[in-house]
Amino acid sequence: MDVFERIFGRSGSASVAKKRLQLVLTQDRTNISPETLNLIKDEIIAVISKHVEIDADNVEVSIASGEEGHRLTADIPVVSARTMRHARKPKTV
Amino acid sequence: MPGQVLTITSGKGGVGKTTATANIGVALARRGQRVACVDADIGLRNLDVVMGLENRIVYDLVDVVEGRAKLRQALIKDKRLPELQLLPAAQTRLKSAVNEDQLKSLCESLKQEFDFVLIDSPAGIESGFKNSIAPADRVIIVVTPEVSSVRDADRVIGLVEAYEKPTPKLIINRLRPAMVKRGDMLDTADVLEILAIDLIGIVPEDERIITSTNRGQPVALEDHSEAGAAFMRIAGRLMGQDIPFQVFSESGGLRERLGQWFRR
Repeated sequence: MDVFERIFGRSGSASVAKKRLQLVLTQDRTNISPETLNLIKDEIIAVISKHVEIDADNVEVSIASGEEGHRLTADIPVVSARTMRHARKPKTV
Repeated sequence: MPGQVLTITSGKGGVGKTTATANIGVALARRGQRVACVDADIGLRNLDVVMGLENRIVYDLVDVVEGRAKLRQALIKDKRLPELQLLPAAQTRLKSAVNEDQLKSLCESLKQEFDFVLIDSPAGIESGFKNSIAPADRVIIVVTPEVSSVRDADRVIGLVEAYEKPTPKLIINRLRPAMVKRGDMLDTADVLEILAIDLIGIVPEDERIITSTNRGQPVALEDHSEAGAAFMRIAGRLMGQDIPFQVFSESGGLRERLGQWFRR
């Protein structure tokens, strides 16, 4: 059973627990709530939209913890015929 | 040389702080250390029953702090281990009956007579927790491999560091190897990666914790239990010995499973 699960990559609830913990602890440690992230996102959209046409529905703002500390990342797809291919390159704020 | 104050805390309640304190106390005493266990959970006294010393209480911590009893009168000697003594909490008082400075000076006196002063901290992050951290030379965090416990541990680690104490060490308690193997319980590596502090011990889930607590006989008094052996190793590490961490196999391994089979 165990070998079977390993071969087919079924992960138990532990990996879910780990992912949820990592997310919630990043929020706890930085004191940035999901609500604050949404506010940041809306404001980024507002600022950037003044200068560039962006795909506002697909903007993603997230925080993650890494070895060098916490990182706030905004992924902003730009709508433009010429830059279409590179539109989803993340920009670190 | 004065001893050291070691505070055992967790944030979340019910993860095994009191059981850990009693067993580390017993294990250190079995290793020849002079140990005072202090119950800092004023109003919710429990270390006495876990250690099996509840019938011998005359005075408590608050009596000492308020000058009604001398420290020596309030300390209860464990008859099983002459090196082990308990300072019980008051049961009918509130946390506010003791402050940080009082607990600090109490621990200063205890350090003169004991190698280790173990403080069983109350759950939570309020005044009782702060008081019990204040005198600590070292802090141990008890965590169970569950999301709520790990999250609270992370918060407490931050608070301990904010009080300018050395980075705490971690006990992972109630680990269930069979569940870890199935991928249904956070394993040691997961917890250490998330909390990013050093391990001082892993204690596997063990039914004997319940039966021994029922009797008031901490598991570390005997040699045959897995949890008791884990606490003995923790005590050794606290004394500076280099003891490798155990890798726990699935619920007791083949021998025990066969044994269970034959007992049916």
